[in-house]
Amino acid sequence: MSKNKMPQILAKDKEISVPGETLAIGMDVLPGVGTYRDKEKIIANRLGLVVIEGVTIKLYPLSGRYLPKSGDTIICKVIDVGFNGWRLDTNSAYSAMLSMKDATSDFIARGANLTQYYDLGDYIVCKIVNVTSQKLVDVTMKGPGLRKLKGGRVIEVNTNKVPRIIGKQGSMVVMIKEITGCYIVVGQNGFIWIDGDPNNELLAVQAIRKIERESHLSGLTDKIKEYLENNVKIKNDLQTKN
Amino acid sequence: MTYKQRIDGRGFDETRPIEAEVGIIPRADGSAMFKIGNTWAYAAVYGPRNLHPKFLQDPQRGILRCNYNMMPFSSSGERVRPGGSRRSKEISLVTEKALFPVLNLEEYPNSVVDVFIELPQTEAGSRCAGICAASMALADAGLEMKDLVSAVSVGKVGDKLLVDLDYSEESYADGPVADIPIAIMPNSDKITLLQMDGEVNKEELLKLLEMGKKVCRQIYELQKKALKEKYHEADG
Repeated sequence: MSKNKMPQILAKDKEISVPGETLAIGMDVLPGVGTYRDKEKIIANRLGLVVIEGVTIKLYPLSGRYLPKSGDTIICKVIDVGFNGWRLDTNSAYSAMLSMKDATSDFIARGANLTQYYDLGDYIVCKIVNVTSQKLVDVTMKGPGLRKLKGGRVIEVNTNKVPRIIGKQGSMVVMIKEITGCYIVVGQNGFIWIDGDPNNELLAVQAIRKIERESHLSGLTDKIKEYLENNVKIKNDLQTKN
Repeated sequence: MTYKQRIDGRGFDETRPIEAEVGIIPRADGSAMFKIGNTWAYAAVYGPRNLHPKFLQDPQRGILRCNYNMMPFSSSGERVRPGGSRRSKEISLVTEKALFPVLNLEEYPNSVVDVFIELPQTEAGSRCAGICAASMALADAGLEMKDLVSAVSVGKVGDKLLVDLDYSEESYADGPVADIPIAIMPNSDKITLLQMDGEVNKEELLKLLEMGKKVCRQIYELQKKALKEKYHEADG
């Protein structure tokens, strides 16, 4: 119920807010993610970017580790092989479990050696099916594009910048793939797998690092495109000279 | 003898010059530096991450682990012997207790957030500098926090009440000295650390707390500015 008082929004849209900062006063404003209400006030609960959507105030995280979420497609490393499945490193505080029945539809005899499917140190693309309150993570390999990654290299980026690396409807990553001719898989957990010609692989890594550094700039897709085209050309020139 | 004027000439409610910066250790999940006069503190935060040994895990919430360490060359007198001491263990503990109330680690059961505070040089007020740096580093690590924590030491030298004692004041020989490090949550004025070495009476203590809170709010503004500066480019 409003007390005939106009809601007062103190924070500006697209501004950085730090924990404890009062973002708005009034019962007509609603606290969204990253904020909490203390009586009349809406207060920032973490460091983030303020987004005002109608009467709701949200904070978009800018930093922090990955936290497993149901439905995410992630890249994991096999860290243990057990009797009935694999334990995976998810680049977060919690490891994931890939059970035999979620891994393959093959018949696996009791006591079979599971390393013939996924061995220690292998990287795989998988999808999170369930995360419990105690952060037990279940993943599956059944789905389009979910597979073991052979060859290539895996790099780690800030998870909060993953949406920027993917771009709108995948525009950014598709562009990098096209120009460098590399296979690229981006995991929500900040692991990225790149496979292709060694020089272009390196160029793709550099482009991704550039996106990570300059993620705040607008018109980044064009800038990265220019960067990639210039550098690909230079490398090709060098190759023809040699 | 009365303490008429502070040795370095600043006012009784004035701190030493403060410098704060966030994001100075790229490999850490969050990091910050806090310098107050000749006391320098660097804090690095790692986590939430997997916690071992397993018996330390708390299935209800993540735990906070702080580590306060003075570097061997950090003191102005003798070499500080490396490794933990009774004193560093105590300060690690009170730092943890000062920071824990602002953190919400319920989203991270069975995990740990590690905070490492390193001091390359010290001249009194090191636990307060450490807490200020650590709270900025925790915010930088993207953890859920109700508020930041700001800390400063207040005290009595001779018959004067003052803030941010330096080493010469802490070891003032011509009169009684009381040294009271405090930490507060600046937006709610709640106290998360209060220790005392020396003697003051009730009225003086209350007055000192008020002085300390005022200064903490000034420190909070600096912490806020440092955090926003790092992420400023991310704006828009």
